[in-house]
Amino acid sequence: MGDIFTTIYNFLLSLLIGLGADQVVADAIITFLAAAVLATCVLLILIFNIWLERKVLGRIQDRIGPNRVGPYGIFQTVADLTKLLTKEIIIPSGADLVPFFLAPILMVASVILVWAVIPFTGKTIGTDVNIGVLYFVAVSSLGIMAVLLAGWSSNNKYALLGAFRAVAMLVSYEVPMILMLLVPVLLSGSMRMGEIAAAQSIWYVFSMPLAAFIFLIAMTAEIGRSPFDLLEAESEIVAGYQTEYSGFAFAMFYAAEWAHAFTMCALVATLFLGGWRGPGAEQYPTLGFIYLAIKIYVVYFFSIWSRGTLPRIRIDHVMSFCWKFLIPLALILIVLTTLVDKIAQILLINRFPNYLSMATPADMLPRAGILLAVNLVVGLVAIGWIALVGRRERRHQTAAEHPASVEAGMATR
Amino acid sequence: MGEWTFIALLFVISLILPAVPILAGRILGPRKPNPLKNSTYECGVETVGDTWVQFDVQYYIFALVFLVFDIEVVFLYPWAVAYGQLSLFGVVAGIVFIVTLAEALLYAWRKGALEWV
Repeated sequence: MGDIFTTIYNFLLSLLIGLGADQVVADAIITFLAAAVLATCVLLILIFNIWLERKVLGRIQDRIGPNRVGPYGIFQTVADLTKLLTKEIIIPSGADLVPFFLAPILMVASVILVWAVIPFTGKTIGTDVNIGVLYFVAVSSLGIMAVLLAGWSSNNKYALLGAFRAVAMLVSYEVPMILMLLVPVLLSGSMRMGEIAAAQSIWYVFSMPLAAFIFLIAMTAEIGRSPFDLLEAESEIVAGYQTEYSGFAFAMFYAAEWAHAFTMCALVATLFLGGWRGPGAEQYPTLGFIYLAIKIYVVYFFSIWSRGTLPRIRIDHVMSFCWKFLIPLALILIVLTTLVDKIAQILLINRFPNYLSMATPADMLPRAGILLAVNLVVGLVAIGWIALVGRRERRHQTAAEHPASVEAGMATR
Repeated sequence: MGEWTFIALLFVISLILPAVPILAGRILGPRKPNPLKNSTYECGVETVGDTWVQFDVQYYIFALVFLVFDIEVVFLYPWAVAYGQLSLFGVVAGIVFIVTLAEALLYAWRKGALEWV
């Protein structure tokens, strides 16, 4: 097999057994090594990601970005980390010490743990637990707890306010996110991440574009990026829950934030963009790993792009956008897709005996077409409706403020 | 059991990995505390009163609504996994459940629980 992970596994196994280890002991050691390597890689790749993000953001804002340390400034993050190591970790007076230091640790842990269920190739996955999707939901909630811990233990009003606000927002956007996590589960009939990725002969983003889009929005809110970067809206609440953190305690929050963004992009790539799937990935699993990396970075680029482009939204708008638009839309989408898909399955099963099969793109095509049609209709109606409501509201506002401009036809904009 | 050992190991490692740099920062970094430096940050003004005050009830209401949704959505997962084998009746039953969920949302909406003040 041309799989590099299997090769490494076999090499290590033969090495350990050659050194006189038991099969069970050797397996345990390899599992430990795999976990250690995975966790370290998640943090190490940040050095590159932070540089990439600053470079892209710089270009978006018509700057050069970091360019001093190393070629193209690629060691900027290393320099920053070294600087942070020489800084004092100030403990604010009256802080609750245990939660104060537990918060950054839990935050990083919650992000690293998600990587246990992300399939890297068709065969290589940390562990393919049968409730992978639910495991992700559970683990990512740890991060929300860490935010509250940090805000509460800092003995700072800005931190506490920031934490309350962050938790209210994160908790709200978790609902549309969990609802849209249902979609890959519905279509693949499994909660194993490995099976969800393997089932996507046609990527779910093509059959369920609206679901992917809602998930992308909820994900942007979960990772606290612009336009949802209210977690640390510096003009309102200083730095939010991390106001009192300095030195490496702050660096851990910083790392967790970036790692969280990257992890969510990996999740989007796995659930909606087919994960490791691509031409030739089944014969050569290593190729699947490269496909996954490319997909993650494409999503990551979109995340940076939205961050560099969109302005921050007001907190009440953020909340009502979630509860009054995203969640009803997600519920309607799930109801309509399941209903139409099931009726179509009953009607078409004679003409397309492979309607539910996910083995080849040709098998999936009729189902994907029907789902796409439902998605497009729901999406267009939702956008049309919100545009209509917005226009009516603007007209009312203009009429109240400048009665004359209504006759001049200016309010129709 | 075997597949959870990896997660258990990863959990321990993922706690150690961030803990070590923080400890290193405490040891390697300077440590010269003084009362002014350790005072809580409030834009140069001295803090008045206790930090841990009563908070707005709105946060609590949002948390409550979230709890309803979170638990009910978890109940939807078994339905979603079995979706491929379900009959039309089974799907409609699931939809009735979702509509009940939507009704709760509508109730909270009409009651003004979703207004951020």
